[in-house]
This record gives sequence, C-alpha cells and structure tokens, in this order.
Amino acid sequence: MAVLSFVEVAEGKIKKASVEAAYYGSKVAESLGTDSVAVVLGTASADELATLGTVGVKKVLHANDARFNTFDSKAYTKAVAEAATAAGATVVVTSFNQNGKLLAPRVSVRLKAGYVPGAVELPSFNGSEAVVKKNVFSGKASAQYKTATAVKVISVNPNSLSPVKGSGTAAVEAFSPAVSDADFTVTVKGVDKVTGTIPLTEAEIVVSAGRGLKGPENWGMIEELARELGAATACSRPVADVDWRPHHEHVGQTGVTVRPNLYFAIGISGAIQHLAGVNGSKVIVVINNDPEAPFFKAADYGIVGDAFEVVPKLIEEYKKFKSAH
Amino acid sequence: MKILVPIAKVPDTTSKIAFTENNTKFNPDGVTFIMNPTDEWYALVRAIELKEKQGGEVVVIHVGGADAEQIIRKALAIGADKAVRVDADPTDAYFVAAQIAAHAKNENYDLIITGKETIDYNSFEITGMVAELLDLPAVSLASKLEVENGVATIKREIEGGTETVEVKLPMVLGASKDLAEARIPNMKGIMAARTKPLAVVPATETEKLTSVAAYTLPEKDKQIKLVDKDNVAELIRLLHEEAKAI
Ligand SMILES: Cc1cc2nc3c(=O)[nH]c(=O)nc-3n(C[C@H](O)[C@H](O)[C@H](O)COP(=O)(O)OP(=O)(O)OC[C@H]3O[C@@H](n4cnc5c(N)ncnc54)[C@H](O)[C@@H]3O)c2cc1C
Ligand SMILES: Nc1ncnc2c1ncn2[C@@H]1O[C@H](COP(=O)(O)O)[C@@H](O)[C@H]1O
Repeated sequence: MAVLSFVEVAEGKIKKASVEAAYYGSKVAESLGTDSVAVVLGTASADELATLGTVGVKKVLHANDARFNTFDSKAYTKAVAEAATAAGATVVVTSFNQNGKLLAPRVSVRLKAGYVPGAVELPSFNGSEAVVKKNVFSGKASAQYKTATAVKVISVNPNSLSPVKGSGTAAVEAFSPAVSDADFTVTVKGVDKVTGTIPLTEAEIVVSAGRGLKGPENWGMIEELARELGAATACSRPVADVDWRPHHEHVGQTGVTVRPNLYFAIGISGAIQHLAGVNGSKVIVVINNDPEAPFFKAADYGIVGDAFEVVPKLIEEYKKFKSAH
Repeated sequence: MKILVPIAKVPDTTSKIAFTENNTKFNPDGVTFIMNPTDEWYALVRAIELKEKQGGEVVVIHVGGADAEQIIRKALAIGADKAVRVDADPTDAYFVAAQIAAHAKNENYDLIITGKETIDYNSFEITGMVAELLDLPAVSLASKLEVENGVATIKREIEGGTETVEVKLPMVLGASKDLAEARIPNMKGIMAARTKPLAVVPATETEKLTSVAAYTLPEKDKQIKLVDKDNVAELIRLLHEEAKAI
C-alpha cells in the first residue's frame, strides 16, 4: 500500500504546487500508515527529485523520458495510472493546477476511483470511506465530498496548506511506463510566457487594481508595490477589457482564480464576479476611497482613502519595514 | 465537422447560496438557473462559428431534469442544430461524464467542446473524464481554437502564460474565456429553436463514485480592521505581526 503523488518539474525545478501535493500525499500516507511515493514524468535531475524527501516522500518513480516534457493528458494518464498500480496506491494526489485539473479526472476514470477536485484540507478516513473538504459556489460555501471506492484521487487546491519541510532524501527509481508514441497526441508550437514577473497563479502575494486607477498610465505605482513585495500583479475585468492591462491578469469568475496568502485590492469595487476569483485568498486588504464599496465586506484589512495617496505611502512604509527586518 | 457541446445548468452567480435537509442539499428556492457561462459564451459559440465556416452540425447535450429545457432551448436559439437531454439527476461527475461518453460513442464527433468548469462546483472534472472514457486526446483552459485539415491549433493556459499546441481530431476541449465572443439569441433564432429536435433519452446505468455528505457556509462575515489612511505603517505592522502575511 502507498499514497502516490504526481509531481511536475518545470525548468529543472519542482513546481511549488507539486511540493504542496507531495506534502499532502505524505500527510495522507502518514495517517494511513503507508508510504509516500511520488511519480515524475519527463527530464529532471535525480538531485532535484531527491529533495522531495524533505516533504516526506520515500520513493520517486521517475520516467526520465523526453517525450513527457510536453504535458499530454492522454499519455500522462496512462503513466500515472500505471505508477499507481505499481506502487499499490490507494490514494493518488495531484495539484489542482492547470495540468492537474485535466489529469486528475482522467486518472480517476482509468482507476475507477472516486475523485475530489480542489481539496482544501486533508481527508478524514472512516474505514474505506474518505471525506474531503472543497470549496463550492465560487468560494461562497464548502462541501464535504465522500467517496468509498478502493482507490481515491484527490487534487489539492494550490496554497491550501503550507508544507513543513524536514530533512531526508527520497530514493529515485527509474520507471518505464508502457506508453507508445501513439499516446502522445499534443505537439507544442510556441510558448508565450510573461518573463521576469511571478506567475499570477503561483504568487503568494497579489497586488490587484481596478477602474479606480483611472488609466493605464497610473499602473507604475501598482507595479512598484508588487516589485517591493515580490508579488504578482492582477486586475479587474473592465480594466483588461479596455486593454489597460493584459488579459491574463484579469481575475474573477470569467478570469483567473487566485488563492494567495495576501491579496491587495486597490480601486476595485468588489463585485460578486470579481470576488468569485479571489475570495479563497487568506488575507485580503482593500484600498478604496468609497467606504461603501462592497469589497470592504469581504476584506480582513482596509484603508478608506485615495489610492493615489495611499499606495505611494504604502510603498514607502514597506521599504522602511524591509530595511528594518 | 460534427461537434458536441455538453452544457450545464448552474445557479446565477448573484444567487443567495443556502442549503436544506440538514445542510445536505442545495436549496433551489428563489434561485435563477442559467446555462453555465463558459459553456454558453465560449464553448457553444466557438462550435457554431466553426460550423458556419466549415459546415457540419452542432449538437448540445445536457444531463439533467426537465427543468433544464429552457437553457437547452436557449442553446438552440443561439445556433445549435439539435439537442439531447439525458434524463437523470446529475449528482456525480463520473456519472455525468459516462452519460455524455455513452452518447458520443456512436456519433463520431470530430470535437467535443465543454466549458472548463461549472461555476457552482468549480470542479474541472467532466472534460478529462469524457476524454478518458472515449480514449481521446484532451486540452483544457483553451482560449483559442482553429481547425484546419483535421488538426486543431489551440492556445492553452500554462503557469504564467500560454502555450500553442496542435492536436489531431477527434479530441475533447475545455473552453476558457476569449475562445469566442458571446452571442445573444435573436428573434429568428428563438423562433427556429422551437422546432429544432430535442431528444430526451434515459440514462445508461452507471455507478456514482462520489456524493456530498454536507455543505457548510462560511462562519460569518469577515470582521474587517480599518486602518486610518494617514497611518499606513500600522497596516504593515498588522500584516506582519497579526496576519503573518508579510
Ligand atoms: C457575467 C459577468 C462576469 C463578470 N466577470 C468578472 C470577472 O471575472 N472579474 C471582474 O473583475 N469582473 C467581472 N465582471 C464585472 C463586475 O461585475 C464588475 O463590473 C467589475 O469587477 C468592476 O470592476 P472595478 O471594480 O475595477 O470597477 P468599478 O466597479 O468601476 O469600481 C471602481 C472602484 O474604484 C474606487 N475608486 C475610484 N477612484 C478611486 C481612488 N482614487 N482611490 C481608490 N479607489 C477609487 C471606486 O470607489 C470603486 O469602488 C463580470 C460581470 C458579469 C456580468
Ligand atoms: N450536467 C451536465 N450536463 C452536460 N454537461 C455538463 C454537465 N455538467 C458539466 N457539464 C460540462 O462539463 C464542463 C465542466 O464541468 P465540471 O467538470 O462539472 O466543472 C461544463 O462546463 C459543461 O460543459
């Protein structure tokens, strides 16, 4: 018996979301009294993979096969399902990130496993039954999903738990899943990455601004605040719609969903469709000159004031704080 | 080209969320139900655009009760050619995916375009499950789709950007924003929808693998701490010492 977590590597490094998934997998293994095993597909160094030991992984099954360097849900599903069977896994864990969202349900079908998408807590077990909490209705409620299948698949919402790292190295073992060239169906033609900035969905801190900023020329202070905080920038939908900001920054019901530790909403009213994409954030700070702005009802901290006065002060005070800490 | 678009029925985002029967069931009282936005605005419209350009047929499928008829007619009014409703209670994703796959198995669709997720359970399940049940390639979070000579060119979201990929049809696609411009049904479409075929078929027997044991609402509204605009340093202190967020 084992718990298998699916771990992704990008540019030689294990993705942050995957470290969380592996940690989650180890915690589940601990509560079931079994081993934590990880599976990695594609090129990666053994040294990097061995670091999974710090989050409790005992063994890494590594398919060091360059065909896996492109995410292909069909080929990946075969390989992960095979690894699950080989390891005797009763629980398979992935991140609920871009790739996990497509991979996990496929793997669950292949293993005839009950699937819980986007878990926010560790499962509780009662005999063969597992109950796992996830957010529903765009964060307006949560649900306890129940499943009693022999194998269970769980994907973990990014930023839901902070891995506690220990010492230890994982043993890396070569793994050759039975995939043929016909299983590889996706060819990459081009990549368009925003370089030099932190990907929005991976960021621990997000600085977001809306129509209250009046025009694209005023984003300098938003970018500066984000740079100081090591944060990603985001925006409300109307701002992206009029091209003040790029579309990939638009958060909300129709945009990206973020779940950072800290979310700054500056000059954003807090419409329900915006909140849908951000109310999983741990701490929300709102800066708005209208004390009646609905966002204040969803926030932990707030400043009623003009963004053009408050944000420069915030940058200045944060710089002071940084040099003192 | 023959395209299948699975459509879901969801509560409007502005709905008040409440539960009944000891917090085990969603309370639909006073809730307006709509077609899942990504299905309506992006998946369906892109399918119709492709049909308009290249010929073929767009079929919509819904797994659910008769009360979904209104949203199915709306899909027909926007421009789908025909509809199938699998008469069943869609409580488990595997069950729903199995119904869609059972229909698709004999119909030789070139493309199945789902929405990326529903706005109620936010679960991103059906796309991958249908693909696996039919043993097809799949790409989700797609913001662009072109089809030429049986090959789909797709822009998909990756961490911190996008990636353009090619996949040979048939395949399953999960639609995200920007895939198309939403269309509002016009009078002609609404009239035509009344006579377009809507087949109601029984569910194929399938196990349900998951269920919801209970729902919970957030404890209470957050208690906000307001900081004076002339004391920004206090905000930094609170974020550091109290919230431990910086
Ligand atoms: C179906 C649907 C889907 C949608 N999806 C999304 C989505 O995914 N994401 C999204 O964001 N929106 C979405 N919207 C739009 C949403 O309803 C709101 O219209 C939008 O979020 C408002 O953007 P905003 O807060 O930037 O602008 P506004 O509503 O115009 O608010 C601007 C705010 O800035 C404040 N302000 C003005 N000047 C200053 C100043 N000097 N200093 C400080 N504050 C100031 C104002 O008090 C106000 O609160 C959707 C709408 C619909 C109908
Ligand atoms: N009951 C349903 N009937 C038909 N299609 C559905 C149903 N539920 C979900 N879908 C489709 O699957 C997509 C993803 O939904 P989900 O996996 O539930 O988040 C939706 O956008 C729809 O295209």
